Amino acid sequence: MANKETLNNVLITGENSYASVEDSIGRLILKPQLHQRGWWIFFFIGLAGTGLLGVSITWLVYQGVGIWGNNQPVAWAFDIVNFVWWIGIGHAGTLISAILLLFKQQWRNSINRFAEAMTIFAVMCAGLYPLLHTGRPWVAIFWLFPYPNIMGMWPQFRSALEWDVFAVSTYFTISLVFWFMGLIPDFATMRDRSRNKFGKIAFAILSLGWRGSNQHWHRYEQANMLLAGLSTPLVLSVHTIVSYDFAISTVIGWNVTVFPPYFVAGAVFAGFAMVMNFLIPVRAYYGLKDLVTIRHIDWMCKILLATGMIVFYGYILEVFYGFYSGNVFETALTKDWRFNGPYSGYYWALILCNGIIPQLFWIPKMRTNLLVVWLVSFVVGIGMWLERFVIIPISLTNNYLPASNKMYYPTMWDFMMFGGTIGFFIFLMMLFLRFLPAINIFEMKDLLHKVINDESKVEPTVEAMNSKMNPTPAKEEVPA
Amino acid sequence: MSHAVAEETSTVYAIVAEFDTPEKLMSAAESARKAGFKKMDAYSPFPIHGLSEAIGFKDVKVPFLCFAGGLTGALFGYTLQYYVHVFDYPMNVGGKPLVSLPSMIPVTYEATILFAGLTAFFSMIALNRLPQPYHSIFNTPGFERATQDRFFLAIEAADAHFDAEKVKRFLQDHEPIRVSEVEP
Repeated sequence: MANKETLNNVLITGENSYASVEDSIGRLILKPQLHQRGWWIFFFIGLAGTGLLGVSITWLVYQGVGIWGNNQPVAWAFDIVNFVWWIGIGHAGTLISAILLLFKQQWRNSINRFAEAMTIFAVMCAGLYPLLHTGRPWVAIFWLFPYPNIMGMWPQFRSALEWDVFAVSTYFTISLVFWFMGLIPDFATMRDRSRNKFGKIAFAILSLGWRGSNQHWHRYEQANMLLAGLSTPLVLSVHTIVSYDFAISTVIGWNVTVFPPYFVAGAVFAGFAMVMNFLIPVRAYYGLKDLVTIRHIDWMCKILLATGMIVFYGYILEVFYGFYSGNVFETALTKDWRFNGPYSGYYWALILCNGIIPQLFWIPKMRTNLLVVWLVSFVVGIGMWLERFVIIPISLTNNYLPASNKMYYPTMWDFMMFGGTIGFFIFLMMLFLRFLPAINIFEMKDLLHKVINDESKVEPTVEAMNSKMNPTPAKEEVPA
Repeated sequence: MSHAVAEETSTVYAIVAEFDTPEKLMSAAESARKAGFKKMDAYSPFPIHGLSEAIGFKDVKVPFLCFAGGLTGALFGYTLQYYVHVFDYPMNVGGKPLVSLPSMIPVTYEATILFAGLTAFFSMIALNRLPQPYHSIFNTPGFERATQDRFFLAIEAADAHFDAEKVKRFLQDHEPIRVSEVEP
């Protein structure tokens, strides 16, 4: 992996034309031979993980939630930790696709498709947990969804858990619709480029007969802006509502008003870290360095740094609240269960992972060193998981009645299911890379059109159809 | 095809010009509108800003439908909870009122967004008449590049001023790569 790519303000580097932009994205689908050993290795890892998930779900449904380590007083453990972790990872996708669109941040064009796919897959993984936590999901359906049933029963709308059902299912639906809508024009492009009969038919069906007419684009743009405008408050509300699951209860360590903003920032933080964990290897492996430039990585690092600081502020405020509240139980939680005690290692690892290590990104050199960026992102992913672990099981072990304090120990099945969802996620990402345009083709052309009009150094050569199969980074002459 | 009357031109769907840059398409569309053509459409691989104005296409149905969808969603979310908690299954929780408004906000809010978002998507699809597997414009030679790197302007036979020869000459003046007559 070359770590010596130049940082400048050009969002598409190298010599590119509409055709070459399209080609470097489209060939991932049209040329199966591009997916070599690396793809197959991850595909099989993902497939194995999916199998593991299947096995653990089957055993769980057969045997019941007793196979997990959850027990009183720690009734919420890995399942809810993983739920919050996954759903948080999804939030970066919506932030990139919606909020950055509203702010007219053109650089998002090359990463939004990828991040949106992550959103959808992460929400799928997240949704599994609360559903399976009910133990008998097929019976639980009337607890969750309000529909007239023969028992004459309704869900309790005053419960934060019911709000969660609405928030997460709306989030999933809207993200899926938003993602699919953006894919329609690209499906049309793939339909027209595909030489393979099966591919042509499949893409023709998926593209719904899109013909790129001005009327289509006109309404597409309207719907796109509206969905972006709707997704923005939606993404903020989803993690806010997730944090209400904790914040509106009276559990020690949960009843804190800083939770909603701190959870939202944490979600974006974790999500950007995951985007980079996937994107850095993918852009290197598939030669997408001209489209996802070092400038993108640099900006994502800055967002990581900013949201990381908000999260760190949340940790500091939790400690402050632990002492300032004057509540002996809160103080005891902070002192005896977080700073010291059997779980203190996790707490301090969390501070290290999320508070200290991301500060490396203050140094510009670190933001352009791909190895460092990848490692820091990985550490942030772990740190965000630890954060939920610290908040959920650790708070529950400490009770108002000291006699009921009890340690939490996960079982093998807890780990297997977590590993299984990670595998499932990798599996879906690999299929996405293979069968769908991983970068938004038409938005990249739009960006290229603007780059050309901005008297950039990039010289458009529209006739360069198929002339370059593997655009290499050109020698950069103007670092900004 | 010398005497071109709109009703009789069943053998021609449109005269289509192919351009290699969005700027040429824009100027051609602009002058076609000024020349009085109404029934025309442009085809491009990506949205071009200002093209709708150039072509004279105005449409604000999607935002209004989306707004109506949002209102419906809000009404649905709120009345669902109201009906459940007041009429169908009243439950006294700690002496709190049956309609405890703050606790009803999240579901109302999410329902608003769900309905508005789905309306925006489906009204875009429906107004664009998608899915539509066949359309006459696909008969244009080289039209597969309309989703790749070429820009097309179609002046349709349904237009009141349509005259195949004149339209061809008109389009030839705007540096097209080619101008073709397209069958329906």
